[in-house]
Amino acid sequence: MLFRVVVGLKEGVRDVVGEKVARKIRSELGMAVDDVRIVSVFTLEGVSPEQVDTALERAALHDPVLHEVSLSPLARDFDWILEVGFRPGVTDNEGRTARETLGVALGLSKKELESVRVYTSRQYLIRAGLDEAGVHRIAADLLANELIQRFEYKSAAQWAASPGFEARAARVTGQASDAVASVAISTMTDDELMDFSRANTLALSLRELHVIRDYYANPAVRAARTAMGLGDEPTDAEIEVLAQTWSEHCKHKIFGAKIDYENRETGRSAIYSSLYRTFIQGSTKALRERNAACGPHGDYCLSVFKDNAGVIAFSETLNVCVKMETHNSPSALDPYGGALTGIVGVNRDPMGTGLGANLLCNTDVFCFASPFHEGELPPRLLHPRRVFEGVREGVEHGGNKSGIPTVNGSIVFDERYLGKPLVYCGTIGTMPKTVAGRPSHKKQAMPGDFIVMSGGRIGADGIHGATFSSEELHEGSPATAVQIGDPITQRKMYDFLMRARDRGLYNAITDNGAGGLSSSVGEMAEDTGGFDMDLARAPLKYDGLRPWEILISEAQERMTMAVPPAKIDEFLALSAEMDVESTVLGTFTGSGKYLVRYGDKHVACLDMEFLHEGVPQMELEAVWERPVVASEPVPAVADQGGLLKAMLGRLNICSKEYVVRQYDHEVQGRSAVKPMVGVKADGPSDAGVLRPELGSERGLVVSHGICPQYSDLDTYWMMANAIDEAIRNAVAVGGDISYMAGCDNFCWCDPVQSESTPDGRYKLAQLVRANLALAHFCLGFGVPCVSGKDSMKNDYKGGGRKISIPPTVLFSVIGVIPDVNKCVTSDFKAPGDLIYVLGLTRPEFGGSEVAAQLGFSHASVPQVDLLSAKARYQTLFAAMQAGLVSACHDCSDGGLGVTLAEMCIGGRLGARIDLAAVPACEAMDATGLLYAESASRLVVSVPPAHAAAFEARFAGQWFARIGAVDDSGALRAVHGEGAVLDEPVEALARAFKATLDW
Amino acid sequence: MARVNALVITGYGTNCENESAYALKAAGAQSADIVYFSDLVAGHVRMDSYNYLLCPGGFLDGDDLGAAQAAALRWRWANAADGSPVLDQLKAFFNSGGIILGICNGFQLLCKLGLLPAVGGRYFERQISLSHNDSGRFEDRWVRLKANPASPCVFTKGIDLIDMPVRHGEGKIIPMDDATFQAILDSNLVAVQYVDPATGEPTQEYPANPNGSPLGVAGLTDPSGRILGLMPHPEAYNHPTNHPSWTRGTDPAIPLGLAMLEAGVRYLQDR
Repeated sequence: MLFRVVVGLKEGVRDVVGEKVARKIRSELGMAVDDVRIVSVFTLEGVSPEQVDTALERAALHDPVLHEVSLSPLARDFDWILEVGFRPGVTDNEGRTARETLGVALGLSKKELESVRVYTSRQYLIRAGLDEAGVHRIAADLLANELIQRFEYKSAAQWAASPGFEARAARVTGQASDAVASVAISTMTDDELMDFSRANTLALSLRELHVIRDYYANPAVRAARTAMGLGDEPTDAEIEVLAQTWSEHCKHKIFGAKIDYENRETGRSAIYSSLYRTFIQGSTKALRERNAACGPHGDYCLSVFKDNAGVIAFSETLNVCVKMETHNSPSALDPYGGALTGIVGVNRDPMGTGLGANLLCNTDVFCFASPFHEGELPPRLLHPRRVFEGVREGVEHGGNKSGIPTVNGSIVFDERYLGKPLVYCGTIGTMPKTVAGRPSHKKQAMPGDFIVMSGGRIGADGIHGATFSSEELHEGSPATAVQIGDPITQRKMYDFLMRARDRGLYNAITDNGAGGLSSSVGEMAEDTGGFDMDLARAPLKYDGLRPWEILISEAQERMTMAVPPAKIDEFLALSAEMDVESTVLGTFTGSGKYLVRYGDKHVACLDMEFLHEGVPQMELEAVWERPVVASEPVPAVADQGGLLKAMLGRLNICSKEYVVRQYDHEVQGRSAVKPMVGVKADGPSDAGVLRPELGSERGLVVSHGICPQYSDLDTYWMMANAIDEAIRNAVAVGGDISYMAGCDNFCWCDPVQSESTPDGRYKLAQLVRANLALAHFCLGFGVPCVSGKDSMKNDYKGGGRKISIPPTVLFSVIGVIPDVNKCVTSDFKAPGDLIYVLGLTRPEFGGSEVAAQLGFSHASVPQVDLLSAKARYQTLFAAMQAGLVSACHDCSDGGLGVTLAEMCIGGRLGARIDLAAVPACEAMDATGLLYAESASRLVVSVPPAHAAAFEARFAGQWFARIGAVDDSGALRAVHGEGAVLDEPVEALARAFKATLDW
Repeated sequence: MARVNALVITGYGTNCENESAYALKAAGAQSADIVYFSDLVAGHVRMDSYNYLLCPGGFLDGDDLGAAQAAALRWRWANAADGSPVLDQLKAFFNSGGIILGICNGFQLLCKLGLLPAVGGRYFERQISLSHNDSGRFEDRWVRLKANPASPCVFTKGIDLIDMPVRHGEGKIIPMDDATFQAILDSNLVAVQYVDPATGEPTQEYPANPNGSPLGVAGLTDPSGRILGLMPHPEAYNHPTNHPSWTRGTDPAIPLGLAMLEAGVRYLQDR
């Protein structure tokens, strides 16, 4: 029997959430509503009427100060009532908490609680003159995502005639299954093979399918399989395991491909055996050797590329690790769930690095189409504002509820992100140098160790996530790839695992992400050379999963550990005590076999070597031809004040405070430089700085660079600018270029030439060029990449349209700061401080914000002059260490004009600038000097008393004093004799904040 | 001088335990143990060896049923391994003179358990709740607080104005009824209020008052003054560089947030 417990606010308690929904209906849908009120519904299953009464009496589901509670409908005074609930199998966090709380309040044992279920839904009581179509639109376009939620509604008249909605249990019904099918690939034609791959979202190529077919035809393999009682054809699970392990998502086949690169601009060609090994691993290897030989901090890289996150030494006692991921495809389908899963998912990477890291901070970078997008949306795509809001909220809940501060981030806008939003989520962790007597950055499963899974249970959610994201998004993309994260289940698991780590209860740990158990156990078993696992032991959310589904499900909040037999009892006891489910699934072996059973039945048996090394190398062609772009003159500007305000309001420049404030950026109490700085804490900072060790002054700087606006011109300079921007941002707050590490995250559109990608050779050449730049500039700046990831299929196809994202690389930097007390922020500090620009300004307007604002085309992409930039960053660090600099801000989107305006806004101080003093490599007009986006430039302010010392340090470099801070309350610029602009700082602040003032 | 042994309770979604324990030690506590609620249930730890309890911030059970609601029920109904109610330990801790500081989610927990404000000495009776900010948003921003000199609170002795961050979505105080709120005011149980930094006076103006709490009430004490709960985070201002405008110079009249934790330590030491 089902009971509906209905909880509404008492008379007189303001319904803030309802008001917020009403505001969203007005602002996001443009529909008029009088008001909206909220009623929560808990549908209870598996409890007796007496237990329900007791639960109500003990206020288990409501707050007697705020709420009234009832078993009959509470709704009244509305024109329409709309109820939204989850579809079966979708994670319902509030329902989980309500269930556990019922158990506590009713004194139920674990066993008694097993049969209790709570499903939540929410009623929106709407007062508005709406017709049914209007209510439907509110439901479908704002309040419910039909992939994961159901909704129903009634008018006031319908409700009066028949009050209430029918009780619904969002229960998954299914029977336990041990069914293992065999797949007759030996007899399939090539067409049949490809149909089979597509129909099952396997994303395997024909060549890969042939390699698999040949493996099974191998007489030695056949003999071994016969001896084990296995058939000659692969099982469904084996095919799925191979597809997951060999997916682009897991195996990065394009980065590992042999590429024939032809540069038609220079007429030169080259063969690259693997972009990843040659450029990314290769440059880091060279830097580590150089640092070991003569670096001021030695080789501070401890573990690069091989683990879930890259690890560097932070201090004598602490290591730091970093990982960034993307969660683009799921966020396209369900922005909230996709982003939430993205952030709690990447949290598990540091958690599963070495022997496990404590989670220090998150960073997030999003790429969206304009939230003000107008016009028809292609099928299956959500409006960018809905994507923006959903992603923002998902990351808010994921980060805040996990107690991990979001210290750095940005949002980039381009219309092509309509096809796929990019949701970069990163997490930085710390680990004591040694834990339980072992170096923390190493792990090693031993033969005989138990395979233990801890955390959440396995469900159908997230099946085919890895292979799904290895395809383009299309109208039929599977809904099971969408999940909702559960930060609290994960937090409990994290609390437990950190204690288990410190007690030395396991030998190795890794997360269950893409590919689920198949990947986590399969990869950990590379330590020992095999494993033997029984899926019948795996805890499931509900019955009905077949063995292959259990094996590859990407259900969240799970970690896999290798626990030695001597520690297993202590491990399981601590887990039970801390309310975390842990299950022994099998053992690691040295058999050379990937062996999976369901009870006595064989599910999969593969040679470890074939699984991990058998995927054939792709061979691809890349052809570079420089795009032909016209260079038009910078248009004359009559109203420079108006232009500056328009620039400050542009989506890529404007204040993101709306988002920043809703992210906890200082939980853990370590913050030293926050995302917003200045008198009114509304000036943007360049990077985040925090103290990983609370008792020490040593700091960690976290920054990033991302420049997709240059990709259409040349991805080589896009990459160079991203690296330069990330380093420059870190330097701007006091970072030391000699002690930094990078993390590269590539998001590309499909670069493999095919019928649906006729420009694949060009897109692959763009990828090659970005890698050439990565190696060149990482080596030149001396910043090694320690971790990274790529996502290669960021295209959308539907309604006869293909949308490909601009090639986008997020380059993130972490760096060690010797003393946080010497950090510098971007806000001007005092009238009289002198203003300097560091670096040379050139007429580089290609891809610039001003070109987009004024509508002119330009071919000249900003180029990074490595040697002068590096010297500038080194000198600036020394000047900051000497305490000579009062404010510093990097010049990027919107150039010098925007930088100066932001420094004035931060300090609420005026400034007077002479543009004629700006070092430029050729004659440029005021508009050009103000808005060119030349790389590697910074603006600093220096107290007059330090001017001589500051200038002496920069002698011989490109720099100039261009003006001074004053108390005029206005930013004034002249160009020699001519007045250029004179704008009140408050007006600039308003322009900066108006665009996203939601 | 009495030894100060602090207990920082965590688990089930609490997440400010580390900086809270660090801040307690920096404030002069001889020890600050981070203990999981499950340790109390398992009987590994008992509360009677401590005299300073800190309930830190976080998202107990995700705040799914309302902030700290599920956790309050857990405290109310959980039994330790020996069958005794965990709540008895909390009662005994308070009755034997222990002091309790609840921060943010910990404040919400104390209110929902009925330890605050305990008007009329009626402890463990829910008299107020904390609900959604008027903005409808979780927000992280710094606020200035003024301590009520007439309040019996031991944690605000010697403090006038103090800065610290708020980081919450449900911080607006909602009393059971008007009489309860009047009684809170009459008994000086208001410990700290949000003030306008320009005037130093309590304010209803957003964002100086970040949640719309009536009379700018940011934190409450109980009639004994040995319990303080507040929405802002004193432990998060544990170093000068935590302040958002530290690079502009610091105001010597405004202490670190640690001052509040230190007042608790002093009270125990001087007793």
